[in-house]
This record gives sequence, C-alpha cells and structure tokens, in this order.
Amino acid sequence: MNKVKTLDDLRKMRDSFRASLDLREKSDHPEKMIQIKISMATCGIAAGAKDIMNYFIEVLDREHIDALVTQTGCMGYCYAEPTVEILVPGKEPLVFGYVNKAKVDEIISQYIRYGILVDGIIPVSYTAVKPE
Amino acid sequence: METVKLIIDKKQVEVSKGTTILDAAKSVGIQIPTLCYMKLEDLHYENNPGACRICVVEIEGRRNLAPSCKTECIEGMVVKTHTPRVMNARKTVMELILSNHPAECLTCSSNGHCELQVIAHDLGIREIRYAGEQSKFQIDRSPSIVRNMNKCIMCRRCETMCNSIQTVGALTAVNRGFNAAVSTAFERDIAGSTCSYCGQCVSVCPVNALSGRNTQQPVLDALADPAKIVIAQTAPAVRTALGRDFGFEPGTLVTGKMVSALRQLGFDYVFDTDFAADLTIMEEGTELLQRLGKYLNGDEKVKIPMMTSCCPGWVSFVEQHFPELRENLSTAKSPQQMFGAIAKSYFAKILGIDRKNLVVVSIMPCLAKKYEASRPEFSVDGNPDVDISIYTRELARLIRYANIDFNELPDSDFDHPLGESTGAGIIFGTTGGVIEAACRTAYELFTKKVLHKVDFEELRGMEGIRSATIDFEGVPVKIGIAHGLGNARKLIEEVKNGTSPYHAIEVMACPGGCIGGGGQPFHRGRMEVLRKRATALYQEDVNKPLRKSHENPYIQKLYKEFLGEPCGPLAHKLLHTHYIDRKEIVGLYMQTDKRD
Amino acid sequence: MAQYTNYILVCGGTGCRASQSEKIIGNLKAAVEKNGLQKNVQVIRTGCFGFCEKGPVVKMIPDNTFYVQVQPGDADELVKEHLVKGRKVERLLYVNPETNEQILDSKHIDFYKKQLRVALRNCGFINPENIDEYIARDGYVALGKAITEMTPEEVIKEIMDSGLRGRGGGGFPTGLKWQITRKVQASQKYVVCNADEGDPGAFMDRSILEGDPHSIVEAMAINGYCTGANKGLVYIRAEYPLAVERLMIAIKQAKEYGLLGDNIFGSGFSFDIEIRYGAGAFVCGEETALIHSMEGLRGEATVKPPFPSEQGYKGYPTNVNNVETYANIPVILLKGAKWFSSIGTEKSKGTKVFALAGKVNNVGLIEVPMGTTLREVIFGIGGGIKDGKKFKAVQTGGPSGGCLTEKHLDLPIDYDNLLAAGSMMGSGGMIVMDENDCMVAMAKFYLDFTVEESCGKCAPCRIGNKRLHEILQKITSGNGTEDDLDRLRNLAMVIKDTALCGLGQTSPNPVLSTMDNFYDEYLAHVHDHRCPSHQCRELTQYYINPEKCKGCTLCARVCPVHAITGDRKVPHVIDLQVCIRCGTCMDKCKFDAVYVH
Repeated sequence: MNKVKTLDDLRKMRDSFRASLDLREKSDHPEKMIQIKISMATCGIAAGAKDIMNYFIEVLDREHIDALVTQTGCMGYCYAEPTVEILVPGKEPLVFGYVNKAKVDEIISQYIRYGILVDGIIPVSYTAVKPE
Repeated sequence: METVKLIIDKKQVEVSKGTTILDAAKSVGIQIPTLCYMKLEDLHYENNPGACRICVVEIEGRRNLAPSCKTECIEGMVVKTHTPRVMNARKTVMELILSNHPAECLTCSSNGHCELQVIAHDLGIREIRYAGEQSKFQIDRSPSIVRNMNKCIMCRRCETMCNSIQTVGALTAVNRGFNAAVSTAFERDIAGSTCSYCGQCVSVCPVNALSGRNTQQPVLDALADPAKIVIAQTAPAVRTALGRDFGFEPGTLVTGKMVSALRQLGFDYVFDTDFAADLTIMEEGTELLQRLGKYLNGDEKVKIPMMTSCCPGWVSFVEQHFPELRENLSTAKSPQQMFGAIAKSYFAKILGIDRKNLVVVSIMPCLAKKYEASRPEFSVDGNPDVDISIYTRELARLIRYANIDFNELPDSDFDHPLGESTGAGIIFGTTGGVIEAACRTAYELFTKKVLHKVDFEELRGMEGIRSATIDFEGVPVKIGIAHGLGNARKLIEEVKNGTSPYHAIEVMACPGGCIGGGGQPFHRGRMEVLRKRATALYQEDVNKPLRKSHENPYIQKLYKEFLGEPCGPLAHKLLHTHYIDRKEIVGLYMQTDKRD
Repeated sequence: MAQYTNYILVCGGTGCRASQSEKIIGNLKAAVEKNGLQKNVQVIRTGCFGFCEKGPVVKMIPDNTFYVQVQPGDADELVKEHLVKGRKVERLLYVNPETNEQILDSKHIDFYKKQLRVALRNCGFINPENIDEYIARDGYVALGKAITEMTPEEVIKEIMDSGLRGRGGGGFPTGLKWQITRKVQASQKYVVCNADEGDPGAFMDRSILEGDPHSIVEAMAINGYCTGANKGLVYIRAEYPLAVERLMIAIKQAKEYGLLGDNIFGSGFSFDIEIRYGAGAFVCGEETALIHSMEGLRGEATVKPPFPSEQGYKGYPTNVNNVETYANIPVILLKGAKWFSSIGTEKSKGTKVFALAGKVNNVGLIEVPMGTTLREVIFGIGGGIKDGKKFKAVQTGGPSGGCLTEKHLDLPIDYDNLLAAGSMMGSGGMIVMDENDCMVAMAKFYLDFTVEESCGKCAPCRIGNKRLHEILQKITSGNGTEDDLDRLRNLAMVIKDTALCGLGQTSPNPVLSTMDNFYDEYLAHVHDHRCPSHQCRELTQYYINPEKCKGCTLCARVCPVHAITGDRKVPHVIDLQVCIRCGTCMDKCKFDAVYVH
C-alpha cells in the first residue's frame, strides 16, 4: 500500500474511493435523486427487465447522470413489461411500459435530461411512498 | 518570593505562593483539624491524600467544600473554617469514620495515644447517627507487627511511609469501596510479604490498626519465676524517648530513672546495650580495617563498601531486595545480639549458671528487633541469645502496670560488667552515630595515633543521604550515610551498579535512626520530637568521660579475659553471623517502578 | 474497482451481534452467492445503527429499506424476495406503533427522523474495518488540513470557537483544555482517549469505537498536533473486545497509510497510538484515576489541581478527552466552527449522543442537537412509554445523575439546564421510568452501583455511600422512620459536599433528586409502610380476588414456593407467610384476579 504523503494524495484517494460509497450516500438522500425503479417480478424478468436494468446503469454511467437504479416488485402492468418507474425530483412519478434499449436511450436523453415527455407512459393507479 | 493574600476567618493572611490553606491558617493561629494528613518535613514525608475530608473548609464561590491540606491559597480567596456547613460536614464525616471503627477504646493499646480519639473529642461526637455494617478482617500477627484492619481508617500514612519513604512496597490499598483496606500483595500475611519490619508504618498509624507485637506478659512471667535470673539491656535511643510517655519534654534523657524503674520491676541486673555497641565497634571497626587493608592492597574479591549491620530492618531489606549484596554487610552481629551472646556465655559463666536460666530482655526502640531476636541463628540449642525483646512503649506500659511512679524515681546507674559504655556507644541511637563511633576507633587503630577531635560534625544531621571523607592520616576513607530505607536504596543501587564511591556505608532503616524507631513513643508528625532526641544523644556523648569504644575498660577486660582478639576465633563464633537470600519469598512481587 | 449495484448493511454493533448478526451476515453472503449476485451485491458489516430495540437491523441500499429484528433464517428470503424479485419482505419491516403502518425506509422512522448525527455520522454507514470507506467520507482530511495548512493555535481556536465541551460528562470546554496542555512546557506530553465507559446501560463510546474507529484515531492525532504530544493512549475497558479489535485494525490501517507514525503528511509531525486496557472500574473514567490506572497504580482519584493537563501520565502534561468529544473534532475542522456552533443552545453547542434505555418503546443509541427537549427524545424518538404506561421519571447522567420528572419534560437538554434541574449530562445515559417504578428502590439501585464502584479512598464515599444504601434498604423494607429521611438527606448533602472526586460528589444525586421530586413516595414507605409502586418486596402483599378467580390452578402451579392453594374451580388463596412476593402469579393470571396491596 502506498503511503499518503500529502494532503493532495489523500484527496485523490478519497475521490477514487467515493464511487464505492456513492450508492450509499445517494440512498441516504433519495429525495434529491433521480430514481429509476425497474419492475422485477417474474413477469418483468421474463420480459427482459434484467437487461434493461443493466442497460440503464450503463447509459447513465456513460452520460454521467446521477441516478438511483433500483428494482421493485410487480407494478401490476404485466401486459406492458418491462415497466419502469421514473421519479425526477419535484415531478410526479411516471411509469413507462414496453421498455426496450431504444426506449431507454429515449427516456434518458429526452425525459431525464430535458424533461420532455416521451411515448409509452402508463397511467398511474397507485401512490408511492411520498418523499419528504 | 511571590506571595498571595487571602482572608481566613476574617483574618488577612499573606503567604508564599503554593502554601496550602491548612498551613496558611496555622500561620495565623487557626488549627484546622486533620486526620489523614501528616508531614515530617526533614524526612520529606508528606501524606496528604485528601482522603479523610476532616480538614474541609468553605471557600467563597466554590461549589463544594475544599480539603485544606490539599488546596493551595489563591489571591483573594475568602476561606471560612468553622461555618455550620463545615462543622456539620466534619462531624458527619467523623461519624462515618467512627461507624466503621470498633468502639473498643478502653481495651485498645492506643487508648490515650489515639489521634482518632482526640479528633472525636474535639469535634464533640456524642453519638454515631450512621451506624451500620462494620468491616471484618482477620488479624495478622507477625513477629514484630500486628495488623488489625478493622481499626484502619484508610488514612494511607502507612502506605506512603512504606512505599514513598521506605520503598519497601509491602503495603498497598486493595479492594474497592467499603471493602477497601490496606494490605500486602495478594493479601498475604505480613510475614509472607516484603516487609522488613522497620515498623515505620506503626509509628505513623493514627489509630491502632498497625501496632507492635505485644510481649509484656512473657517478661512479667520471667520476672516472677524464681528459678530465672532476668537481666535487661537498654538500647541508646530508649532513654531519650521513654520520658515522653510520662509527660517529659521530647528529648529528655531519663537514663537514671529508667534504670531504677527496671530494677524496681524486678530485673536482677540492668545492663546497657551501649556496652554491646562499644563491642560492636571493636568487631565491626576491625572488620572494616581488614577489608580496607585488603582492598587497598588490590584484593578484588573483598566486598567494599562495607555496610553496617546493626539495624535488623536494614538487614532484612538487603536480604529480600538485594541478596546479591549481602556479603557487603558487616558480619558483625547487632549490639542487641552481641549483648545476648556475651550475656549467655561470658556473664552466665561469671554467675555460674546455665544459659537456660538466664533470661535476657532487651528494651529497644524498634519492632524489627523482635524479629531479629527470633532468628534461629541467634540461638543455641533452641535457647535464644535474647529471650524477649520489648519496645520503648511496652516498657512504659510495664512501668505503669507495676504502679511505679516514674516521675518520682531516683536516678541510678547500670550494673557491671555489661553496663559500662562510652559516648561512642550512646550515639548508636541516631543516624550517623554508628559510623562516627566506628571512625573514632578505626582511626586510632589504623593510624596508631590519638584522635583529639572526636566530634565528626560532617557525619551528623537529618539529611537523608550524607557523605564525608575522613582523613586517616593520608588515607581518605569515604563514608556514606543513609537513614530511611528509600535513601538506603539509592546508596545500595550505586553499589549494585558499581558506581558507589564509598568504603563504608551506614544505614538505619528508620528515618532519623533508632530515635525514630517504630517502638518509640509516637512523634505524631512533630519533627522536633526526633530532632530533640538526636540532640540529647549527642549531649550525653559529650558528657561521657570516655568517648571511644576501645577505651571502655570493661570491653578491654572482656577481650583480655574471654574473647581474645577482635575478630579472633571466639569473637567470630559468638559475635559474627551470616545472611540469607530471602528474595524467594518476595518472589512475584519484585517490580521496580521504572518511570521514564 | 468492483461496482456494486446493491449493498446490504448489517449492524455489527455489540447489541446486534449478541442477537446473531454475525450469523445473519454469513447467511446473507451465502444467499447472495447462491443467487449468483456476488458481483452486484455486497454485504457489509457496519457499526451500530442505534435502533437497538429492533435489532438486528439490516438495511438495503440503494432503496434504503430498513428491516428490523431479522433472524439468521430470514437471509434467504431477504435475498430472494428483495434482491431477486424486488419485493419487500413486509413482515420484517418496521411498524409504527402508533399508526400500525409499515414503514419502508429508515428516513421515515420517527426514531431517525428527529435525530442529527454528527458524532455518529459514520456509524451504521461505513464498514468500520475499512479505512478506504472512512477516507471516502473525507476521513483524515481534517488531520491533513490541520497539520499542513494550519498552526496548532489556529486549530485550537477553531475548536474553541465551535463551543465544543467535554462529552464525558464534565462539560469542560475542549479547546480550552487543549490550550492549557499546549501552554505547559515539557519534554514529553500525552494525549489520552478516555474510553472507560462505565455507566450501566450506556454504550455511546463503545458504538463510536465500533462503528467509526478512524474518527477517534484522526482526532487524537489532531489533538497531539495541537498540544505538542506525539503519543496517544486509548484507555479502554477490556470488556469491549469488539471496540478494541476495530480500534486496533484502524490503528494498523492508519499506520500502513502513513496517517499515523513518523512524519505524517510530510510535515515532520509524528504521532503514535497505543491501547491500554482498563479492568472496568467505574472510577477509572475519572481522569486522574484513569491516569493512575495506566501508570500501573491503583485506580484512585487524586485531588485536582494539579490537573492532568499540567501533570498527568507519569507526571507529564496529559490531555484527556472522551471518545465522543474526539468524534466531533474532525467534522468541526471540515465544516467549520461556525457550522458546529450553529447547532445547539447558547452554552452547549453541537449534538449529544444518548443511550436511551428503560421503559421506552425504542431503546437504543440516539444523537440529537443540544437543546432538544426531553419530551422530544422520550416521546418523539423513544416512541413513548412501553405498554402504554404513564411516564414517571427519567434518569440522566448515569448512576451519578438525577431523576427528572414530568415537569422537566420540556426542558431543553444541555449541560447547564440539567445541572440546574438537579441532574447532569454525564456521559449520556438516559433511563426512562414508568408509573410502575418505585423511586426509592430506584435510588437504592443506583447506590448499589456506586457502593460497588467507589474506589474507597475518601471517607464520605467509602463509608457514606454504604450508609446511604443501608438507610434506603431500611426504608424499602418498611423499617424506616421519618428520622431516617432527615439522616438520609443530611448524609447525602455532606457526601456531595465533601467527597474527593466526581464519583463521590455525584453519587448522592439519585437520592437527593428523588427526595426532591418524589418525597411522597418516601413518606409512603416510612409512614404507611407501603410501596406505592408495589416494587419493594417487603412492603408488598399479593392477594387473590375470589370474585375474579376461576380456580384454574395456573397460579398454584407456577408459584415457586407453593404458597398458593385451592381446589379446581374454587377461588385460590395465597399463604402470606410462605409467599416470597415474586409476582409470578400476577403475571400469569389470565383473569386479573391477583392484586397487590
């Protein structure tokens, strides 16, 4: 292990370690984060939700967008799997259905980045836990 | 010097910075009561753990009461020493202390000498509102010291003495809370501890938790036995202290009254340990010259410095803590034991009786002498050279039992042949005295010249460690003196490290020497009591017509008629001894305090 | 570096470990592997979450789901359901006792909502055995800043300006203490961390050491830099094996990184830390006793002055601070004195960690801003009194604190308010009592402790506390007189006034405060020989109400001394001569037929 010789060394080290704690830091303040919940029940997984989730993580990373990608249970829209709920701070949560990789690109580049609504929104019929 | 001004009980006081409230109050005639506190300034002994809380006072602006023995004066302080709050606190605390102290005053050997009694009286304690469970400890009896922790008030004076001054490390507090007590390592008996029996713990104990072993009854039994000849020997320091238990000023010499009292008690002969002290000088002085001679001739095996061996506390300290240096101790027996050996051989022969019918009682300022007398090497076929050793306070008690009016007694002289002594024998009782006596004789034996100036002032005083070089006509003899085992430890550490500059070292285990012995009437923290005792011994020395041991005609006669030469074969058999490695029993304990 | 998408944080504090959290961790890891998730999911053992009442606690990241009272057998389900299927395991969610609602994440649990975690900032968040995680949270930056960019005086000034006061109980301004130690000239100085946490039921310091040991290491080094000491000593109870282990790991890691040892940050400043074990004597939390204990002497307090800052360990200037105090230091330097002093009350800045215990719903470790009221702590965070009982009193400051009552509930907690109310901050013990607690018995209980823990040096504490205890024993056994109450109060006052150290001076507090606030209970014991709370055995007698008793024989069967007789379906009777008043019959009776008088 290299010794820390200067304060700058330490700061660099800190920055490189930060990523590993990122998720925890973010989850401590979820209300400030873009949250992407991927429905991952049997039906969702069967429809390819796992791949979609990985693709979300990949693109968000590439685009340097801070967002929390989590899995959630069945949303009840089994007909439209894979389904994804997007929560942008300050906005109502939206649920998108029939999400494929192209849709992921669209959601990220249009809705998440600029707030432009894209096709595929499913009307929401339940209330999520309200953030503070 | 920087001073601070404060007000104590409405009195303006100015004292140097660092002065405690207790001392500041004393300087304006206010005596704040103390219990655990004790200070002997010449000896650097100060016990102020702030533990008893009797000396508390009120300080304006302070939340709680302050222990005056431990609180330094601060500029502008306003102190009140006897407000209702203070007096109630003292009284309550005193009741607490008494609630865990057996109320056996009438049968306690400290009755009338007890500091706790005095304070209880001064504070006007009439009832103990807080009676409750009392501590129960086994009483621990060693040959010299008896430990009754049921009476202990946790003042910790003994601990400070044993550890800080004597560096013996036998006593320490153990357990917690109400079960806390002063004890030995692993709560062994005193006899199984590192105790050297110096008895200094006893001399500072304010109550009777630590006391000397009581052997008055055997003395009375012997005196009452018509088949026995009972003889007494009295150590030099006894005569300067005994009077204190009969109301005399400290340092009053009561030699004549003491001899009369012993005779009245029924002793057949009253002799003087000083005689044996002169004899010790003959043997020890000769031994020193022999060792020195070999040393100066380049003999590397000879053990130099030679260390005195008169003090049994010191001897057991060496045997326990520095057994590897025990050959540096003079092989000469102590005066008590030389007296016993001569009495039971030479004197028994003169009387024409068997040694078993001669009872030797020694009156000593010392508790360790009881242990010394009991050492098996100092007996012949199970018959000890010294049968019973009692200490000064015990003699005072015996005198009272026998309803002798000590103050009205006429003076009388010691008996012969073992009662004659020189001034050199007298000063054995104080620190520096043994070596001064030895110098007077050794000088003349070595140089074959007459010593005119017999007072070696440079060897006297109360400094813990003193040193001097005595010019033996061109041969400088370097002498080191220590009193108190802590000081002695410093000198013997030098010997151990090979850095000791001395040819001879005198050690007395008790601070001040035998005058401050554990068997003496209590000084109760008054340093001047010890100083006056020392002065008295030097005065007695001056008053003596003969002041060099070898001039004692009875000593000369003893060698001529009986012993032959000093350090000769018979002298060696009767008057010399050997020492034992006792580190084993200390065993686990030995851990020196290595402060970096 | 491996990027995980999920973390499972499992509490590894001593409390949760005792409820098998280690096994839970093992099972979770196995389940993660079994489901092939080891690349995405990491199981992390953290320090104490604080919510000990509901331990063992497991927290899922990133969705922050908070599972409580998890059993080792739940691991499989947690992984399968939560991670694989994405469904919350509802039966393990926390249920709000008032609304009966399940709460998904810790943010929404009242217990956490009202807390502000400064000293505990990393506890339950990072892996305490991984220095990288500490560094990722700005760890050691404060030390680096202090050493390379600030003079010791500037650092001390920052600490002084922050208003931080000693969290061990005394409340002495920390910056001032550092300054005093700094000003003493000496060839050697020491910095000591007092981790001899001894209050019954308190575990603030233990949790910090277990959950965030690096913060202590860092703060001690900062302290060393400021005071001119290059040697740090942590005096820690040997009964805290986990804290010791984590601290040892932290010291080792810091040394490996060059954050301890010679020439830290190339500044020429060197600092090293050693661990010293205490045997768990309460009095050794007192700094002079602590120092004597480290010196190999008897753990006994000595009169101050001289203060350790002037003359401490081996006679050298020694700066002693408590664990929680240290935990605040790095944050103060990172966020600034201004930020810190904006929290709290006028004279007590920052936050305070409390170990909440007793008859509250949510016992555990909490941290709140100074100035939070007792009501907010007990009812807000603590979730109120257990079993819907009535609040009676709260003991703050551990065994040497005092009992505060209903009328003190809206008192903002800070050093001075607690003192003025007859209690004290202490190190942060907080024990809540309900209507069933007898205050006389409570005072006796605390005296039990101080009698046991007194070092025995000064007479008032050694004998006085014993006598206090004896008088209380007499009262609680029904033999007390009014005269005893006067004696009790006088003795308590005198001990407070005359004892040598903090232990003795405060040991009568439980007696005095209960006498002040619950004198009627004392009188009931003394006059009527009655214990209003039915807690004092000698004053309690159990009876069976024949109208309610169905003769089911259950009480007769559970009675350990066979004091209850009666035929089946016939009302039973208790033989008062035989009854040992254990209360088992009352607990077991299904018909409320047993009553006490």
